[in-house]
Amino acid sequence: MAGYPAWDQDSARTIIAGLAHLEGATLPMLHALQDEFGYVDPQAVPLIAEALNLSRAEVHGAISFYHDFKTAPQPARLVKLCRAEACQSLGCEKVVAELAAEHGIVVDGGPSGDALVETVYCLGNCALGPSALVDGELIGRVDAARIAGLCQHGRA
Amino acid sequence: MSAAPIRIFVPVDAAALSVGAEAVAEAVIREAAARGLAVEIVRNGSRGMLWLEPLVEVETPEGRIAYGPVAAKDVASLFEAGFAAGGAHGLRLGKTDELTWMKRQQRLTFERVGIIDPLSIADYRAHGGFAGLEKALSLTGNEIVQTIKASGLRGRGGAGFPTGIKWQTVLDAKAEQKYIVCNADEGDSGTFADRMLFEGDPYLTIEGMAIAAVAVGATRGYIYLRSEYPHAHRTLQRAILKAEAAGLIGASVMGTEHAFHLQVRLGAGAYICGEETSLLESLEGKRAIVRAKPPLPALQGLFGKPTIVNNVLSFAAVPWILDHGAQAYADYGMGRSRGTLPVQLGGNVRRGGLIELAFGISLREIIEEMGGGTLSGRPIRAVQVGGPLGAYLTAEQLDVQMDYEALAAMRAMLGHGGIVVFDDTVDMARQARFAFAFCAKESCGKCTPCRIGATRGVEVMDRIIAGTERPKNIAVLRDLAKLMTDASLCAMGGLTPMPVMSALNHFPEDFDRPPLPLAAE
Repeated sequence: MAGYPAWDQDSARTIIAGLAHLEGATLPMLHALQDEFGYVDPQAVPLIAEALNLSRAEVHGAISFYHDFKTAPQPARLVKLCRAEACQSLGCEKVVAELAAEHGIVVDGGPSGDALVETVYCLGNCALGPSALVDGELIGRVDAARIAGLCQHGRA
Repeated sequence: MSAAPIRIFVPVDAAALSVGAEAVAEAVIREAAARGLAVEIVRNGSRGMLWLEPLVEVETPEGRIAYGPVAAKDVASLFEAGFAAGGAHGLRLGKTDELTWMKRQQRLTFERVGIIDPLSIADYRAHGGFAGLEKALSLTGNEIVQTIKASGLRGRGGAGFPTGIKWQTVLDAKAEQKYIVCNADEGDSGTFADRMLFEGDPYLTIEGMAIAAVAVGATRGYIYLRSEYPHAHRTLQRAILKAEAAGLIGASVMGTEHAFHLQVRLGAGAYICGEETSLLESLEGKRAIVRAKPPLPALQGLFGKPTIVNNVLSFAAVPWILDHGAQAYADYGMGRSRGTLPVQLGGNVRRGGLIELAFGISLREIIEEMGGGTLSGRPIRAVQVGGPLGAYLTAEQLDVQMDYEALAAMRAMLGHGGIVVFDDTVDMARQARFAFAFCAKESCGKCTPCRIGATRGVEVMDRIIAGTERPKNIAVLRDLAKLMTDASLCAMGGLTPMPVMSALNHFPEDFDRPPLPLAAE
């Protein structure tokens, strides 16, 4: 868990309170918590529900609907590999196959060492694919070796 | 006497960054310092010639000279060749404005992208920015709406609904609070115009939204941006803060009695949020479940209040229309498709990027003349137009014009203007399977045809690919597609059959091949 502090109820409560004035504050709160801790701990559900006068089910429902929100601590490096049509036409499925066969990295298969490689559908880099978003930085014309290298690098 | 610094442009666009623009910018700074040259590095947007990124430009007395694609290791040799004065080098492309790709275009929305410093309000104004908003502030709300109607502008998000009519509905609605919502959940594969616009000219959409707010009397606005665009998010947030600090929006729009408070809201990785009612649910903090229409969002939108929901490119077209007049905009285009369309060319293509043109250019001209054919050098086999819910066309169908009606007439759609090229290695049965798999993963789940139909569609495609009772399963596939088209609540389920059926109808041979092993999913 490089870079993220452990979950802390008090600082979570402070983050939530700081955003409670927003209209439709649920997603901003969830993003802020995930930015701070690297994931949204289930303990956040009652805190958000109370702050926004929502049921716990409504808050849990929002967390579980969106692909981005994680409910457990995540590996140090997050690689989002695009597998939408434009990247398919440039061989992203070959990258997925090579990652598995040559590097032991299964896309959407859970953590590989300290990295997680997951599928995303379109990063808006459709003329320079295949593309990946690595900890928020966009990389074009990627191949399996480069992604595997970045995953290794994440083990620092 | 010290000379004015030489202005060198290195894009900060995410696509340019994805192929090394940051390292190039650092190398330019380092090499200039080593040579004692006074340079000013401008981090501009991309000119849209993405195969040439990182594209570095140097300002010279004759105009801006382009070099590209520049790698960090090329920078020392560029300086040695005198590129700071536009000198000859293997990477020198000539004057940017005179490159074929640029000269062919009719840039209205993208006129400043790549030209200006994206976050400089002074630069934006110097290139005509805020003239549209100033004009709008001298008009009544009704006059603004009539101008938009007369321009013929249709929503650029895909459905093509007349923008002026939507605005009229919100203008006529009586409410203590109205909202302006920008749909920036550009989730379609093959589209990147919104991203490039936000990163290269963020004030344009802000200005368009402010004009909408002034027109209908809305005081609050949201840009709902997909989370896959972290670079655009940073740029937009900074632009909004600067626009507020400069008094352009906020408590008083350019010193008038109009207030317009604008925020960016980040999505969380859900394709369905590109559907306007799902987007509104998400903005309200809920699961992004599609709403039944009516009521229209124009009457009961965000938090139940009258709301204009438009695409980025729709808002971004508005300032030009106000500044230059409705007729000047309507003079571009063909038939009922007026103005210009930012076309995004991607996938397996030699020269991919963004091209803004009046409606009416053919797909073939775009892909073959501007795009130069496939990147792999193999023959074009299929072209998907309009995102993952758009049809696959064959190489023989490419003479169709880029126009809402012309594409609809061949059971295809223009969508958000994205074009994805595939060469002859593509397996169209697999693409049809993918369309269902994507729908199954991204369906909001509210309506049965989409939620269950997409999953059943994957299964039917697996049987067809495996060679199990093909004629019967193809009959089931057609039946399922018809049901999803007719009975789905929104375009996600309703249009998923479009790529599937186009693949089946145009590429039947791929649905009748020797059995292949099932996909490893």
